[in-house]
Amino acid sequence: MTQAQISMDAVSHTEHPEAWKWYHYFWYNTDHKVIGIQYLVFSFIAYLIAGVMALFMRAELYTPNSDVLDPNLYNALLTNHGTMMIFFWVVPAAIGGFGNYLVPLMIGAKDMAFPNLNAIAFWLNPPAALMLTISLWFGGAQSGWTAYPPLSLVTNNLGQSFWALAILLVGTSSILGALNFLITIYKLKIPNMRWDQLPLFCWAMVATSALALFSTPVLAAGLILLLFDINFGTGFFRPEMGGNVVIYQHLFWFYSHPAVYLMILPIFGIMSEVISTHARKPIFGYKAIAYSSLAICFVGLFVWVHHMFTSGTPPWMRMFFTISTLIVAVPTGVKIFGWVATLWGGKIRFTTPMLFAVGLLAMFVLGGLSGVTLGTAPFDIHVHDTYYVVAHFHYVLFGGSVFGLYAAIYHWFPKMTGRMYNEPLGKAHFILTFIGTNLTFLPMHELGLQGMPRRIAMYDPQFEAINQLCTYGSMLLGVSILPFLINAIWSWGWGPKAERNPWRSLTLEWQTASPPIIENFPEDPIVWAGPYDYGIDTEADEDDTTVEDMLAEVGAEAR
Amino acid sequence: MQGTLDTASNGRNPATNAAMGHAEHEDYRLLGLMTFLFSESLMFGGLFAVYLVYRSSNGAWPPAGTEVELLLPAINTVILVSSSFVIHRGDSAIKKGDVGGMRFWYLATALMGIVFLGGQVYEYLNLGYGLGKNVFSSCFYVMTGFHGLHVLVGVLLMLGVIWRSRREGHYNAEKHTGVEMTEIYWHFVDIIWIVLFALLYILTLF
Repeated sequence: MTQAQISMDAVSHTEHPEAWKWYHYFWYNTDHKVIGIQYLVFSFIAYLIAGVMALFMRAELYTPNSDVLDPNLYNALLTNHGTMMIFFWVVPAAIGGFGNYLVPLMIGAKDMAFPNLNAIAFWLNPPAALMLTISLWFGGAQSGWTAYPPLSLVTNNLGQSFWALAILLVGTSSILGALNFLITIYKLKIPNMRWDQLPLFCWAMVATSALALFSTPVLAAGLILLLFDINFGTGFFRPEMGGNVVIYQHLFWFYSHPAVYLMILPIFGIMSEVISTHARKPIFGYKAIAYSSLAICFVGLFVWVHHMFTSGTPPWMRMFFTISTLIVAVPTGVKIFGWVATLWGGKIRFTTPMLFAVGLLAMFVLGGLSGVTLGTAPFDIHVHDTYYVVAHFHYVLFGGSVFGLYAAIYHWFPKMTGRMYNEPLGKAHFILTFIGTNLTFLPMHELGLQGMPRRIAMYDPQFEAINQLCTYGSMLLGVSILPFLINAIWSWGWGPKAERNPWRSLTLEWQTASPPIIENFPEDPIVWAGPYDYGIDTEADEDDTTVEDMLAEVGAEAR
Repeated sequence: MQGTLDTASNGRNPATNAAMGHAEHEDYRLLGLMTFLFSESLMFGGLFAVYLVYRSSNGAWPPAGTEVELLLPAINTVILVSSSFVIHRGDSAIKKGDVGGMRFWYLATALMGIVFLGGQVYEYLNLGYGLGKNVFSSCFYVMTGFHGLHVLVGVLLMLGVIWRSRREGHYNAEKHTGVEMTEIYWHFVDIIWIVLFALLYILTLF
């Protein structure tokens, strides 16, 4: 990596054509917007594949016996569904996709600080996907996305090794991306943008990147030790040689708990942008929302043992990590209240991105509440490794991250493609997704409370009725993707042309053309209003130019 | 380097920008490298923590049959620590525009790195146990091996700097980021080794 940095000055990124052609998106390219689209399309394909895996698993769980899938195949699908949804969909789409596309535009920069490093970080992903495919070819890793030893040491060694290599590659990509974001925001923010005028999405990316830099290398250490244990006969996680399996859990969760914040913090940033824009109101508590991202980043590093309350954890640890887990709910609550207060009294436009954002609020509060119960050791011990956990993290990951990603896709669709999406199809997509999500995951709480363990292909017949309900819901979710796909593909190619600023938004990315020109802005943009100064200009008395006037100047007349 | 964010030029002057090599904005590669090394140090930090936990949870440390020798690694430590001073002479030389001096000191550092790696290999061959003996031997080989890989990368970086400096004016008193990055990386490798030496060798005495 250091070599790559050194050779970077050899390649100048100033020579480029007038506009990118379609084939430029399939090759090495240092433009952050191309890389953003590459990440988004790549990760969306992974999302579709992992989604189909989930549908097969739900089909299997329709009956108590294994009649659709072989249990070993079920285990492989289970592992790879989790792995792909996390490492190949939410993380690359939210951080790599929207982070890359939006951060330089929002801070008025031409590109990221290290464009070549950025491209290298993206191109580590396809080889990682190849590793995962090889792993599946050899039967797939069997031990869940957590890969706890001893299970990961005794099942399908070859598949498990390739799985670990895939994660190491995407982890490296994540570290390189994170340092790029930090330096870009710190150094390339246009000089007349004050830190309290930085869009909240960028604040969220600061917190996300810091967290990735802190935690990802520790996961890498854990995976390297696991690889050595599987392939080279070391004894780190083999008790007969003096090793200890719980050490792996510590290394794993030291990364993987912060990883859930990697998956939700950028989404929180997206929420602040979408809600404020579509409610036409200044964001409530800008500083509280910005600093709460940093607070989540900091406290989020000290909560990981709440995943291990049943791993023989000593009582003082259970106490400490219960308390820290409950503390991390506080800054999250600050954000939720900030958004609700932003909606209060706003001129709400129920566009598709806004619907997804409001849907996210509802779903995430439910997921957050079940998270508080799970973070409390006495309750967690009863529902650990049951469907209650599955219900919880799907509420925060699907109802949270995926809803947020959909909101972002619809919100920035006109900016990225230069064309408007179809609103009725978008609304249909939202309604189907919202019903499908709740139908699939709400009953799982009850399954967990009744004691159904997770990660199994066959179960006790008493759980059959609720499982069938979940399966119906998941099929509805599967169908819900169709209006989105039709909408996205059709609108990208043949949708009506979008204006420069269809939402009349105030962040800088809307000041340039849709889609933006190659080096983003024809001239350096000027920060003439705070990013969320909606509506407050109507009383401006001394200065005659209002925000409305200025929006008109950049081609976004009031409609 | 020059070329700060200047709204007047605004990168619309490709001739001057391209001539500066790393166009458009100041050179942040040093900052980038430090951020990366910070992240990297946490990977070693994870390994150190793992090692200390194993040490405290196992009775005899190192377990019988996996004792380490002290003399050779001590000599190696002296070599590696002093190489940090040697490489700094090279950095001082290039800051005065003395490319020949820089090449001399960097070559000397690279040779010291190679001697260190040779000593490491010699130690591996003469310890009499492999990495699968017990958890101490696993830690020992993986941690020193992982560090050795970093030393190797450092040596390659130095040879790369020497190779690139063959061209007249590639590095000069003002423009030598690659030289500086290599030096910082080498200091990092050195610091990690000091911690490793304390953990894997000194701590086994107590």
